[in-house]
Amino acid sequence: MAPGALTCRPDRVAHRDSVAPVEPPIDISGLVKTFGHTRALDGLDLQVRRGEIHGFLGPNGAGKSTTIRVLLGLLRSDSGSVRLLGGDPWREAADLHRHLAYVPGDVTLWPNLSGGEIIDLLGRLRGGLVAARRDELVELFELDLTKRGRAYSKGNRQKVALVAALASEVELLLLDEPTSGLDPIMESTFQTCVNKFRENGGTVLLSSHILAEVESLCDRVSIVRSGRVVESGTLAELRHLTRTSIRVELERPATGLGGAEGVHDLVVEGTRASFEVDTVRLDDVLRTLTDLGVRSLTSQPPTLEELFLRHYGDEIETMEPA
Amino acid sequence: MTGLGVFLRAFARRDRWMVLAFVVGITILYWSQAPSVEGTYTTRKAFEEAAAMMESNPAFIAMTGPARALDTTGGQVAWQSSAFGAVVAGLMSMFLIGRHTRAEEESGRDELLRSGAVSRRTPMTAALVVAAFANVLVGIGVASSLVAYGLAVPGALVLGVGVAWTGLAFGAVALFATQLTTSTRAAYGITGGVIGVAYALRAVGDVSGGGLSWLSPIGWYQGMHAYSGERWWPLLLLVAFTALVTVAAYAAFDRRDFGSGLWPSRPGPTSAGPDLRSALGLSWRLQRGSVIGWTVGMLLGGVAYGSIGDDVKSLIGDSAISRDIFVGGAGALVDSFYATAALMLALIASGFTVSSALRPRTEEDDGRLEALVATALPRSRWWLGHMLITAAGSVVVVTAGGAGMGIGFALTTGDWGRFGDLLGSTLVMLPGVLVLGGLTGLLVGARPRWSVLGWLALLFCVVVLMFGKVLRFPSWLIDLSPFSHLGRFPAEPVAWGPLAVVLLVGLLLGTAGLRAFLRRDLSCS
Repeated sequence: MAPGALTCRPDRVAHRDSVAPVEPPIDISGLVKTFGHTRALDGLDLQVRRGEIHGFLGPNGAGKSTTIRVLLGLLRSDSGSVRLLGGDPWREAADLHRHLAYVPGDVTLWPNLSGGEIIDLLGRLRGGLVAARRDELVELFELDLTKRGRAYSKGNRQKVALVAALASEVELLLLDEPTSGLDPIMESTFQTCVNKFRENGGTVLLSSHILAEVESLCDRVSIVRSGRVVESGTLAELRHLTRTSIRVELERPATGLGGAEGVHDLVVEGTRASFEVDTVRLDDVLRTLTDLGVRSLTSQPPTLEELFLRHYGDEIETMEPA
Repeated sequence: MTGLGVFLRAFARRDRWMVLAFVVGITILYWSQAPSVEGTYTTRKAFEEAAAMMESNPAFIAMTGPARALDTTGGQVAWQSSAFGAVVAGLMSMFLIGRHTRAEEESGRDELLRSGAVSRRTPMTAALVVAAFANVLVGIGVASSLVAYGLAVPGALVLGVGVAWTGLAFGAVALFATQLTTSTRAAYGITGGVIGVAYALRAVGDVSGGGLSWLSPIGWYQGMHAYSGERWWPLLLLVAFTALVTVAAYAAFDRRDFGSGLWPSRPGPTSAGPDLRSALGLSWRLQRGSVIGWTVGMLLGGVAYGSIGDDVKSLIGDSAISRDIFVGGAGALVDSFYATAALMLALIASGFTVSSALRPRTEEDDGRLEALVATALPRSRWWLGHMLITAAGSVVVVTAGGAGMGIGFALTTGDWGRFGDLLGSTLVMLPGVLVLGGLTGLLVGARPRWSVLGWLALLFCVVVLMFGKVLRFPSWLIDLSPFSHLGRFPAEPVAWGPLAVVLLVGLLLGTAGLRAFLRRDLSCS
């Protein structure tokens, strides 16, 4: 089947009636969760707006999975407020779960049940799944339904959970590193399906390590570190906070750049210069450059990796001996 | 064999507490018979009377083994403990072999280990060596404790060496069983079945004298005649059997791929049937194999007890000794015998109840609960689904035991009039079984890390039954066992009041477990 023909989500998403249209599907503020002496979440704030794919980034142990488990009502928050689809995720768990589907990063299956049985079981317990969509997804993900749970490989276990989630009639997907173990072709199938889901009005919280996946799917991103969200916004907004790298060849020797505000790591060789510039200062610096006469210029916008590393750079530095 | 030393050290480290518990447990099982016997029969006459009574009692013989030299302490020790000791040593070997071979393979950890500089056969060889070592420790414990007590050395040696080789023989069976299936649970099922059949073969053989005992490793062990004219040649049968089965296991291992079993696993259905519609349906699906297996086993066990029929009447004299052994009792000794048999069946059935009540913990620990609770399934309904299977399964399993006893009695005597009494005698014990289930449920709900205590509670009840009277436990300790309050129908009339109280305790424990479970965080990997 050609990718253009995909219809992973043919229907519009039906929203939970009780939800006021202004209330975001996920609204967390000041969330604290401790395990013994470990403070896993330390005043975490997170808003996910209706109809967006929200990237949830952070290194292992930053608190991504804990947040999702609080949202699922598996863990009880110590303090802070957590609203999920306009309800309380702990007290109204089962009722809210009718409207969402969850895919963990490490799916465990019942050893004796077949993949088909597990998909149906999870779908039925959620309140039913769309049979036609189930069949279509099984074909798209090339999943063998007759294998027993114990016989599936890592990637295929993920597929079982993905099919069960995507085939159900929900408005919110909670995905916790859902594509770990998938091959690149399945990764792209996954992205197509999630995009369709959003186009039909669905909301997604996507926790991921795969920055390319986040970059191509997400409307907004929150970066979490040590149990707090340290940055949140659209990718464009976040880029604005970082530096653009520039290599330029000028008509006259590149003097005066060193004193310009927002320029870093400047290397000048006669009329050539390369440096990084704070994206907010880009306009001023370009004006200085045009005064010197620009022969050629290449600029590279900050990648998500750089965004990410900016927030964890100090950890990396402390890890590498000086 | 590359890497064997590393594996042995790692296994020994993982197993040390489990092996220690088994070695100490089996040693105590043997050793404790000696002071127990000598404390009970203080005069030569009483001892001889009791021995004569036991010798002619097929129920005892079926339970323990061929009656030889029962008027000596050594003979009593060998008779009372060798069959149980062999079964427990077999279970120890089974768990040791299973956890290091198929369980590791199933979880994928073995793959990682075998990618190292390790010969293909190293992990299973290391598991076998560890099991052999553990059985040697059991043998040393048994033999040395009996010698230390003051019993003759040759008999102690036979009991020690014999139990070690019987345990290892069942270890070889486990090693072979793990080659057959892809699941550890199924391998345990096969091995447990072989141990059960070996026990049953010798029971029938010992009672009928038809030579069936010579088809059973436990029969070979008891054929070594500890403390009644020791002979060593039956040990050759144990050694040959162990060697043969081990060679077969290695041959099977060499012929199969990693992760597969000799029995191919059948493909499953592409969609779920109507049974998988609810939490209850799922719990039933997960536990039905266990419920069916236990029901059949209990039915057969019940038939075995029941078929002793009213032989008991003619065989048990109305002596002080037999009253002591059969929980005492004012009523007819036949009824008292069946009251005790019902209690034993109920305690065996509690094995199902405790393991079934622990099932939610496995589901939670393995991470499968997370996927379920993320659907619209309320936690409470998931929990109740499992508890309902535990409770209903316990009723079925206990009923099967009682019905089996009634059937067995009717088949040998032609008298169906006693069916109701014999079934009732087991059903009366049901509240006690449910208390153990409720307690285990409470542990899983409130303190999952402590849930092993459910097994300890069952062990405690067994110890109270076996040794409570003989070793003169204080009454408060005996009263801690729920089974102590349930009366002994048909020897005594049904005590409805205490029965209702015990049932209520079970219900309260179960409810408390649910409440605790609903309030706590789920354990997440």
